[in-house]
Order: sequence, then C-alpha cells, then structure tokens
Amino acid sequence: MTKKASVTVSSKRLRCEFVKKVRELSGQNLQLCYQCGMCAGNCPAAANMDVSPRRIIELARLGLEEDIASSKTVWICASCLSCAVNCPRGFDLSKVMEAIRLLTLRKNIDHVKPEDIPPQARCELPQIAMVSALRKLTG
Amino acid sequence: MSLAYYPGCTLKTKAKNLEQPAVASMQALGFKLDEVPRWNCCGAVYSLADDDLMHQVAPVRNLIRVKKQGATRLVTLCAFCLNTLKRANLVMKEDVEKRDALNDFIDEGIHYGGEVKVVHLLEVLRDDIGWGALSQKVRLPLRGLKAAPYYGCTLLRPREVAIDNVENPTVLGDFLKALGASPVDFPESTKCCGSYQTVSSPGDIAEYARPILSSASSHGAEALVVTCPLCDYNLARGQKELAKKQSGFREMPVFYFTQLLALALGLDPKVCHFELNHGSPELLLREKKLLSQVESVSRIGG
Repeated sequence: MTKKASVTVSSKRLRCEFVKKVRELSGQNLQLCYQCGMCAGNCPAAANMDVSPRRIIELARLGLEEDIASSKTVWICASCLSCAVNCPRGFDLSKVMEAIRLLTLRKNIDHVKPEDIPPQARCELPQIAMVSALRKLTG
Repeated sequence: MSLAYYPGCTLKTKAKNLEQPAVASMQALGFKLDEVPRWNCCGAVYSLADDDLMHQVAPVRNLIRVKKQGATRLVTLCAFCLNTLKRANLVMKEDVEKRDALNDFIDEGIHYGGEVKVVHLLEVLRDDIGWGALSQKVRLPLRGLKAAPYYGCTLLRPREVAIDNVENPTVLGDFLKALGASPVDFPESTKCCGSYQTVSSPGDIAEYARPILSSASSHGAEALVVTCPLCDYNLARGQKELAKKQSGFREMPVFYFTQLLALALGLDPKVCHFELNHGSPELLLREKKLLSQVESVSRIGG
C-alpha cells in the first residue's frame, strides 16, 4: 500500500455508498480518528497486515474501497480490541473492521471454506475456534 | 449455595479439564454450579455490526432461561462465553429498540431487560469468597510454583465488560497468591494469542504465541495460567514446533486456573484431567512435589 504517493479526494468518493455503509454498520464516526497510530502500535497482528490498522480508517473515510478490498488486513484482525481500549479518541476500529468484512461476506463471498480446514485440525480445534472463525469469516 | 452456571460447548468436549476441576472445587467451597436448563451455544463471538440482531438471539435466549430458572446471576468459566453473554446482556439493558425487537422475536413468554448479572468464576472467588477465605481452604499450597497469569482479550476488553482493571489486571495474580503460588507478572499478559485466526491462518499463530511465551519465560515463569480454551490451544499446542525452530525457546506447561484451584484445595488430581493438557504438565508438578509419583502413575493408568 506504499505504492500510492497521493490519492485524489472528491466529494463523490466521500459520499459514496461504501463510506455510508461502513458508518452505518460500525456505528462509528470515521472523522473522529486523528491518525495518531495508537491502534497500529497496540495491534498484535500488525506485523502480518499489509495495510496498517490506522491506514484502514483513512482509506475507509476517503471511500477508497478498492484499496481496502485488495488488502488482507480486515481478515487478519481478530477483534481483540487492543485498538479500541487504547484509542485516545474513543474510536472502535474493531467495529469498522467488522463492517468492512461484512460488506464482502454479505455478498456471499466467504473468506474461509469449512471443507478447506484439514480434517485433523477439525478434530483438534476447540469448538469456540470453529464457531468464531465461521461466524467472522463466512457470510 | 447454588449458582446458575453456563458451561458452553467447548467445556463439554475439548476443555473438560477446565470444567470438571471447577465443579469439584466449587463444591468443596460450598457452592453448587447449577447448569442452566437447555442452554445453547452463545455464538462464541459478539457481533460488532449495529444492524445484526440475529446473532444476539443465541446469547439472549440463554439469559432468558437463567431468568426463568429464577436466578439473578450467571457464572461462566470460558472467557469467550463470558464476553459474548455479558455484551449481549448490555444490549438488552441499554438499547430499548433492540431489546424490544429481540424479545418479540425470541418469544419465550417473558420480557427480558438485562436483569441477569453475568460473572466469571474468578469474580465469585474474589468477591463472594475473598482471597483471604480462599487461602484458608488451601490444603496443598502451591509453594514454589512460578506461574504467569495470562488474561488474553475477552476477560478485559471492551472496558464495559472487563472483570478487572483493563491496563493493570490483578485478579489472576491474586488468585495464584491465595493458592500459595508465586505469580509472575509480564507485559504480554493481555496480548491476543491469535484467537480464531488459528482456523484461517494456522501458520501465523506461532508469531502470536512466541512473544507471549518468551516474555513469560524471561520474567521467570515456569508455567502459564489461562482461563480460555482457545488461549490454551494457541499457546500450548505449538510449543514443540517453536522449540524446534528457535534455539533457546523453553517449553512451559499451560494450566487452566481451575486445575490449580482443585489441586490446591487438596482434591483428587484425577479431577484435574491433566492428561487433556498439551505437553506434560505433571512433570513440573511432580518436580514441585505438588503431585506424587503414585498419584500420577495411577492417573495415567486409570
């Protein structure tokens, strides 16, 4: 995601359906964030993400849906809420991550397929792992 | 004294070593964990979307059954269940519109408005019994056991449902002290273990587990103490692989807090089901003279 040095902001983008839906589903005011990066600094999964959690908020409020869609970040977030409890603005990023996931999952596009989980893992995994993953990563 | 109790799915299958020592210990302390009739899965994770009422139905139905049971408090053992039930309960308490919609849809014959208080067993031990009284009941003090309390996420986040101070929790450490063990604080005690990403990205879990285990070890811990079956799975299961990949990585047993409770209360170690733990936790316990050779052998044999 460092490939773009600049983005073009337009009122059309800012008012697009994507921004509206993220705001509605998450119940969060995207403008609250002042990009301090506390969320990224506290995220235990940030090292595995190709777009930092802080940047996801910026991309979402600018309506840059394609940039978010091409990133794996929202699928790596496990809603541990480290970002939410450490945000100085009281912003809950985990709800924004969920909203973005749901915009894909509600189109019947699943991120995991139960049949792809190896049989041995299916036997060994605790039930809360299976239920949680299928709840969060399938539609 | 009887306490309404919600076990959840994992405690009846993969985590019997979390549930069975708890039930026996509470009985020894004068409490009966009274399972909620016809409980169903709580959904494991709380739905974060504002428009998603359907996924609140499962936890709320459980809470309604607790109210029907005539109880005002619900005790949980699994940290995931605690979080999901407690957050769903907050919705029923605070959001009138959602409360009415859920009550109409669930149609269990009574109106539910969040009256049941959802608590974790650690809160019962801390607030109902008290650490002083608990330590009086200890028959086998866990002397010399350096154990690191690991809280993970769901006992403490979000703030509205935390069972302790979010930044500086002490409940598990105080619990271990009451049992006579030496709690080892370490900065990663509230860091996420990777959670359900273990299903979709199993290869990444080592990167969550490694800093947690290495930090606990470097602060002097010989064991980790958890409350959640998924933390146990992610932190205990992959240790052999981590040890192979990283020289100097030291494996450490992971215990459920209830196993240490039962052991310290002097209950038969069979109730702890150490054979269900990953690795061999009994080696450390024998080394600390908390489990005799005879008990250990008869347990494996039996």
